[in-house]
Amino acid sequence: MRVTLTVNGRRHQADDVWEGESLLYVLRERLGLPGSKNACEQGECGSCTVRLDDVPVCSCLVAAGQAQDRDVVTVEGLADPGTGLAPVQQAFLDAGAVQCGFCTPGLLVATDDLLRHCPQPTDADIREALSGNLCRCTGYEKILDAVRLAAARSGETAGER
Amino acid sequence: MTDTTARPRTDGGVVAPAGGAVGTARTRLEGRDKVTGAARYAADVPFDGLAHGWLVLSTVARGRITSMDTAAVLGMPGVLGVVHHGNAPRLHPAGLFGPDGQLQLLQDDRVPHVGRPVALVVARTPQQARAGAAALTVTYAQEPHDTVFRAGHPAGRPAPAAPARPDADLGDVEAEIAAAPVVVDQRYTTPEEHHSAMEPHASMARWEDGRLEVVDSNQGSFMVARVLATLFGLDQEIVRVRAEHVGGGFGSKGVGPQLVLAVMAATLLRRPVRVALTRRQVFSTTGLRPATEQRLRLASDSTGRLRAIDHATAAFTSTIQEYVERNTEASNVMYAADAIRTRTTVVPLDLPTPGWMRGPGAAAGSFALESAMDELAQAVGVDPVELRLRNEPSAGPVSGLPFSSRNLAACLREGARRFGWADRDPRPGTRREGRWLLGTGVACGSYGAGALPSTAAITARADGSYTVSVGAADIGTGARTALALVAADALGVPPESVRMRIADSRLGAAWFAGGSKGTASWSWAVTAAAADLRERLASVDRVPPDGVTGRGDTTDAIGALGKQERQSYGAQFAEVAVDTGTGEVRVRRMLGMFAAGRIVNPLTARSQLVGGMTMGLSMALHEEGARDEALGALVNSDFAGYHISAHADVPDIEADWVEDVDDSNPSGIKGVGEVGIAGTAAAIANAVWHATGVRHRALPVRLDRVLESGFPAAR
Repeated sequence: MRVTLTVNGRRHQADDVWEGESLLYVLRERLGLPGSKNACEQGECGSCTVRLDDVPVCSCLVAAGQAQDRDVVTVEGLADPGTGLAPVQQAFLDAGAVQCGFCTPGLLVATDDLLRHCPQPTDADIREALSGNLCRCTGYEKILDAVRLAAARSGETAGER
Repeated sequence: MTDTTARPRTDGGVVAPAGGAVGTARTRLEGRDKVTGAARYAADVPFDGLAHGWLVLSTVARGRITSMDTAAVLGMPGVLGVVHHGNAPRLHPAGLFGPDGQLQLLQDDRVPHVGRPVALVVARTPQQARAGAAALTVTYAQEPHDTVFRAGHPAGRPAPAAPARPDADLGDVEAEIAAAPVVVDQRYTTPEEHHSAMEPHASMARWEDGRLEVVDSNQGSFMVARVLATLFGLDQEIVRVRAEHVGGGFGSKGVGPQLVLAVMAATLLRRPVRVALTRRQVFSTTGLRPATEQRLRLASDSTGRLRAIDHATAAFTSTIQEYVERNTEASNVMYAADAIRTRTTVVPLDLPTPGWMRGPGAAAGSFALESAMDELAQAVGVDPVELRLRNEPSAGPVSGLPFSSRNLAACLREGARRFGWADRDPRPGTRREGRWLLGTGVACGSYGAGALPSTAAITARADGSYTVSVGAADIGTGARTALALVAADALGVPPESVRMRIADSRLGAAWFAGGSKGTASWSWAVTAAAADLRERLASVDRVPPDGVTGRGDTTDAIGALGKQERQSYGAQFAEVAVDTGTGEVRVRRMLGMFAAGRIVNPLTARSQLVGGMTMGLSMALHEEGARDEALGALVNSDFAGYHISAHADVPDIEADWVEDVDDSNPSGIKGVGEVGIAGTAAAIANAVWHATGVRHRALPVRLDRVLESGFPAAR
């Protein structure tokens, strides 16, 4: 089948998509966007998290057909082209929340979504919101720091307006 | 040696500012690529004409393959070939540290355990390969198997001695125990555990102009290339292995089965082949920490001074490769005692071969020793921090060798101060907060430090930049960034002028990202290369267009090192809350104080230590590979069944360090990869005892175990 979808603001079309194929597979293998990672392929680790319309999803659990005519944002689409890193990306970098980096793309999309809906989250909010994203390297402490940092910076920016 | 030595000049003839980069917090060099999704891991790199291989794993624990219906699979859409023991290239004995039976894949019809690769289906797309692998019918002549580990298993045999540290036989353990007023004699068990690096193993292999090129996920490309060359009977000159970005390893990413099979398929099919494992295949084929059963006997006088340490451990291995889990190292080095005896038993079973998993030996060994120390403190009636301080040795307790540096006592004292240990009521089971019982615990840990021979080169360019080439691996540790800082200081230039080339077997001989010796080993080579380069630059007026290269090789310097006890140390403190209704254990806070030599990059080093402690928390409370006796198979080979700590499981964890000057290598680095997990599980289990009054000697401390221990009524 043919699947047409928007990824990071660009229309894409994938042909000969198998009915059982995941959105993750389409992104990685057909559209050349390997930023989203395949680490468990059953929705337990969150490494493949993308935003589907306005909802963060494990793209390994979304059938490609379900993404027909929908809007997908991956880690590759978080930064506005030309303006450098998105605030969550910069915060992860600055706080040392990145180690091996394999869980990072999913965590960034999940964090971006958290801060959209809850700009000033409590620590409990953060731990709960990100508990679907496993990380084996960092021990999560630096990730918590990064989310706090991103929230604080966006608070400052908002205050300046 | 400061400002008087020759300094490389930049193109403007300006002398670069002096060092001071080491010890400052730096964000990682490849961080930007990782947060934008631009970093390419082994399964992400595109190649023209790439075919995909999919593993077929054995479903019986012991037996022979009697038939394989390849014809049916070869007719399926997109399938290009099936590699199996009937057509696979013949392999030579090879391995990272001597011949390794695990690597002898598809060489015969024997099946040594469930989850052994028996075939690789190669197709145009991953889906076609997967469909082919699922459709491949393999018939086995099954034989009775034995996969149930226990210390007294009749197949158990004494482990061969570790070259650097044979079994301890200091003094007369039995006489000391017989004469001592206080004796602790207990057994501790730890289960099979799995590394669970987030990136599943993946490799791409292709032949180009008579050369074998590999894009891999590994912990040391030079050593992997050497093994590959030997295994396939190739000249190492024609084998190139790269692993630019690696999504965690924790000991599991040596020469993976996916690599061997990818090379086989690329050789047979004459086209690029990628083999990427699924999570379940990672659980089945890439090593594990074996289950252990340990007996600890500690004897002391009435003040807690140790008279005897007797540590006997047993762990399983496979029938195809002898892996020894060396749990007794800590008993050799941690505490002074009149008599110390250690014994290690291996039990070969029809199971996958275990391997090094973060803090190999130390993670499980410290659980036993440090739990027993807590029991001794209780029996003697002395504070557990004080007990450890009273048994601080002045030299290697068994070896008698001097310590290169040892600052465990400082870790204990500073940790106790920061944690608020002085206010602790030693009585167990007395602090209640609603439905929670609270307790605190302490434990220590150590891990061997040192450096292994490596080479490096640094090229000065006319534009004032320096390119460091070293066969290091950065599996998330921050090695790339740390080495840039080391190089900058050794050259006396700002880190911004240093470019790093790593993770390529062409960069020359280098040690692995393993044994907590990676950064120390590579740094030494980089430092040597910098010294050579500075000498060369002193004799030229300007850097020529093609640059000037300095080289370092630490083989001789390391060979000339005197014998010393070299370890990183840590003291860990934990506070837990135990739910009196459900038995659930929640860790509320943890503090780890470490003495780990010179800390190159505090930002990344702290993450390594906190990450190690978190893996220790996960080991204490969550992780347990469960095997079905009838099938011999792992039944929880995914993240739904095999629990690793998630964000909500992890409380405030703090890691810090004390001054620890180790002059035994030029960079003073001891390594921070493993010591973070040494002692964590014991600190938590000891805290659970303090909370509930019930000892847990079997990991993980599951809620059903807490409930069935009779807690809290048993007190």
